[in-house]
Amino acid sequence: MSATHFVILGNGISGITFARHLRKGNPHVQITVISGESPYFFSRTALMYVYMGQMKWEHLYPYELQFWGKNRITLKQAWVTALDVDAKKLSFDTGEDLSYDYLILATGSTPAFYYWPGQHLQGVQGLYTKQDLESMEINTSTHVNRAVVVGGGLIGIEMVEMLAYRKIPVTFMVRESRFWEQSLPKREADLVHRLLKEQDIDLRLGTELKEILPGVHGKVRAVRTSQGEEISCEFVGLATGVTPNVAFLKKSGIKIQRGVLVNSYFETSAPNVYAIGDCAEFEYAPGEGRKNIEQVWYTGRMHGETLAANFCTSPQPYAPGVWFNSAKFFEIEYQTYGVIAVEEGDEIQDFYWEHPSGKIAFRMQMDAGGKILGVLALGFRLRHEYFDRAIREGWSGLQVISTLHQANFDPEFFAPYHVAIQKSFQLQFGVSFPLPKRSLFHHLFGSSS
Amino acid sequence: MITVKNLGLGLFFLGVVAFTVLPFLGSYHLREDLVSSEVKEIHREKVKELLAPMYGFSYSSTYSFLQAYHQQLDPYNEALKVEGRWEEVIWEDYGFSLAKAALQGPSRDHPLLCLLLSLGSCLAGGLLFHLAKKKEESPGGAFAGIFHSSLTNRGLLGILVGSYLILFYVILYWFPAYLVSLVWMVEPLSKLLSGGPASQWFLYGLVYTLAILVMGIRMFSKYAGNRYQQLRTASVMFFQTAFAFLIPEVLVRLNQPYFDFKNIWPLDYDFFFDYQLSTFLSSGGLGLFMLAWGCLLIIVAVPVFTYFYGKRWYCSWVCGCGGLAETVGDSFRHLSDKSLKAWKWERWTIHGVLALAVVMTSLTLVNYFSGFKVLGDLTNQVHAFYGFAIGSAFAGVVGTGFYPLMGNRVWCRFGCPLAAYLGLVQRFKSRFRITTNGGQCISCGNCSTHCEMGIDVRAYAQQGQNIVRSSCVGCGICATVCPRGVLKLENGPEKDRIHDFPILIGRQTIQLKK
Ligand SMILES: Cc1cc2nc3c(=O)[nH]c(=O)nc-3n(C[C@H](O)[C@H](O)[C@H](O)COP(=O)(O)OP(=O)(O)OC[C@H]3O[C@@H](n4cnc5c(N)ncnc54)[C@H](O)[C@@H]3O)c2cc1C
Ligand code: SF4
Repeated sequence: MSATHFVILGNGISGITFARHLRKGNPHVQITVISGESPYFFSRTALMYVYMGQMKWEHLYPYELQFWGKNRITLKQAWVTALDVDAKKLSFDTGEDLSYDYLILATGSTPAFYYWPGQHLQGVQGLYTKQDLESMEINTSTHVNRAVVVGGGLIGIEMVEMLAYRKIPVTFMVRESRFWEQSLPKREADLVHRLLKEQDIDLRLGTELKEILPGVHGKVRAVRTSQGEEISCEFVGLATGVTPNVAFLKKSGIKIQRGVLVNSYFETSAPNVYAIGDCAEFEYAPGEGRKNIEQVWYTGRMHGETLAANFCTSPQPYAPGVWFNSAKFFEIEYQTYGVIAVEEGDEIQDFYWEHPSGKIAFRMQMDAGGKILGVLALGFRLRHEYFDRAIREGWSGLQVISTLHQANFDPEFFAPYHVAIQKSFQLQFGVSFPLPKRSLFHHLFGSSS
Repeated sequence: MITVKNLGLGLFFLGVVAFTVLPFLGSYHLREDLVSSEVKEIHREKVKELLAPMYGFSYSSTYSFLQAYHQQLDPYNEALKVEGRWEEVIWEDYGFSLAKAALQGPSRDHPLLCLLLSLGSCLAGGLLFHLAKKKEESPGGAFAGIFHSSLTNRGLLGILVGSYLILFYVILYWFPAYLVSLVWMVEPLSKLLSGGPASQWFLYGLVYTLAILVMGIRMFSKYAGNRYQQLRTASVMFFQTAFAFLIPEVLVRLNQPYFDFKNIWPLDYDFFFDYQLSTFLSSGGLGLFMLAWGCLLIIVAVPVFTYFYGKRWYCSWVCGCGGLAETVGDSFRHLSDKSLKAWKWERWTIHGVLALAVVMTSLTLVNYFSGFKVLGDLTNQVHAFYGFAIGSAFAGVVGTGFYPLMGNRVWCRFGCPLAAYLGLVQRFKSRFRITTNGGQCISCGNCSTHCEMGIDVRAYAQQGQNIVRSSCVGCGICATVCPRGVLKLENGPEKDRIHDFPILIGRQTIQLKK
């Protein structure tokens, strides 16, 4: 009898986390991981650092190359073109086939383009894959007088920073009235806008891309905006979001909406086929305030962990805890825990503090009864464990702020912003609590407890 | 700003050229009275007689001078060796002191001018360059671009600089006579500080200190706004200037033993050598204090401070080798090898050197207290071997010369016996750890890439596991470079410091530890 064969399609964070945990829990099964993009798992999140000369490609591998052999995880680099769920087999572009006992779809996302005229011109691209990084290198290797980046989200601002590093003047085109409108309240977004101005980025809010205009040899020459303005450029970065990478599955008969539909056990409509990571779409949102498609690194990892645990122990539904996320806008770090409403509302009590430098900010939202809902920090670091607990246990905002020093995660000797935040909270809400004293010893030697 | 930057670069090169050319300028004229004043009494008459043919000649290069010197002395020594008359052999090498005495040239006539032209212009140029560069830096922070630079990505420039450094160290340790011209230009400073003549070690100490100071200033601007980086840089600058450079010279002026109060055995491997012990014991109260101080550092300071703060209190706040690595070597930190294989090697070599130092010191002490009856001359040979292989070749040539090729902490990671000792304490009995921030790691790998000790920080961070590796010197760069605020150097309770079963926060199905 041959060992059960698990085939994982996609070697991103979700597929690889699944493979690792499955191997930890089960030494016997046969594991094959497939990807057309790269033979080895790499950190997609760090693509920008390679372009900026801060890392080399090989630094993106979280595991040394011998790791895979040691853990008997077979890697296969090839593109899958079709899936036959009845015959339980995958077909490759090379004409080969591969049978599976269990198939895990972890195919990630692909940049969403919206059929703009000229989007296939040379010099126009998104940023998702290793190949995108390579073409960005080529597209910007000859002189670029101006680049245009379209899309006010995280990948957009990363592309802006990459281009700015190469000293290429950038126009940053954001359809909404502010940067990353779905996640940043106005004041935080304004803070980022100021930052972009400081970096000489030509920020165009409330501006949409209408078309991309060709020059000679099929290259991009300019873009036209919704205001009818023509901006000359030799490079266009399209960062208008991502969509589940499922096009090749359309004919397989598996139920697909935007992503591969799954229940809370990651089961798809086909027997023995599961989907995790960016490509999965939950039939029902996995938790309060959560989306049906979760397209971030951390959730991909949690999907992989949960599904592997379900194969190794008794199955449990996916139950994500308190939401968290982080990002970086040029030099300014962003962290969030819990849920932050981006627009003001009656049922929400808002507390916002901003440092006089205009580069550090903290927001906490509470419900009408004063219970913490979420926090958002810019320019300094907060302790995950602290807020995970505070939000899970439903602490009052007062309790959270009065012991905020315990939440500080900035390096030693950094200015203790929590003191100013605590004072500001006392003022705004007319409450008082003793501010913790730091001894001289602690000041000098930075002992945390 | 481009012009200021280029001016800085130009000045720096001028300085390097002057520093490199100076040893080739001038000529050597040996006289009998010079030999009298430089050579020890027991050899004086013989050497005077042997070198007589050199008097009155002018040697235009160090090489020809040394060749003549050896032509006169070597046959005499060889003959004695053949006859087995070991006592009479002139083991001392007078090449350096005689060359220094015999030199006539610009650096002796105009030492200050030469000093300004070489080191002075290197310093000024270096400062100008870095300050101007900082102003025109493109966004991306302190670490962007290092893999696009020939100097810091093992390109041609890196190889050239590495070769230059290696050459300098080889000459310094084994052919110091070639440096006498440079030594002359720091003679006035040595006279001013210690009252005595300058040696190659004084020259080296000065260059070393100035390099740490200038590159330290660069650190202040590179890590603007990062108080941890700035404070620890200020600390190594202070300890190098005061403790390693100035205080020992002043002690000499006061007729006290030359002593670096922050150097700790076994890095300070000759602390227990017989001549050191004799010096301490024969130098009155201060000598005894030095002996007691040195022992206290080993027995009390290392375990206690390391318990509270980790080995960083020494390696990246106090130590001179660490000071150079963290300032001059800062731009090369990412070149360290991160592989598991390198980690395996590291554990063998660094503990091997520690064992060697302990064995050597024990032998020396046994021999010393038995009045040299037990092992006789053997310890001297062990000392010579250690001094050559570890003290000079490993710590100096490989440790620093290889900065642009293997990263800035080669010695600290693979060789330093004190680091091994500190590391054992840090690993097994310390409050220090690098905490990872829940589930925030995105496995980007910045932390591992820029770790100078070659620790694969990401391997721990992405599992939510604290980092408690013995080699971590607490430089704090991983925390600085992490784009998601995942890492924090902390001193905290020993309980829960080591996670055997790390948990990534984020899911409900897994019970969180309270
Ligand atoms: C530039 C950039 C920066 C990001 N930064 C962050 C961040 O800071 N924080 C964060 O939380 N998230 C970030 N993300 C999002 C995060 O990277 C994704 O959520 C995550 O990588 C998704 O992982 P996954 O395992 O679902 O799929 P993926 O990583 O997309 O992996 C899927 C793999 O499957 C392969 N594949 C797909 N179809 C086939 C096929 N038919 N045949 C063969 N192979 C196939 C793909 O080529 C790919 O290699 C970023 C994304 C990008 C592009
Ligand atoms: S730098 Fe930070 S986010 Fe990146 S791998 Fe290291 S700990 Fe994780």
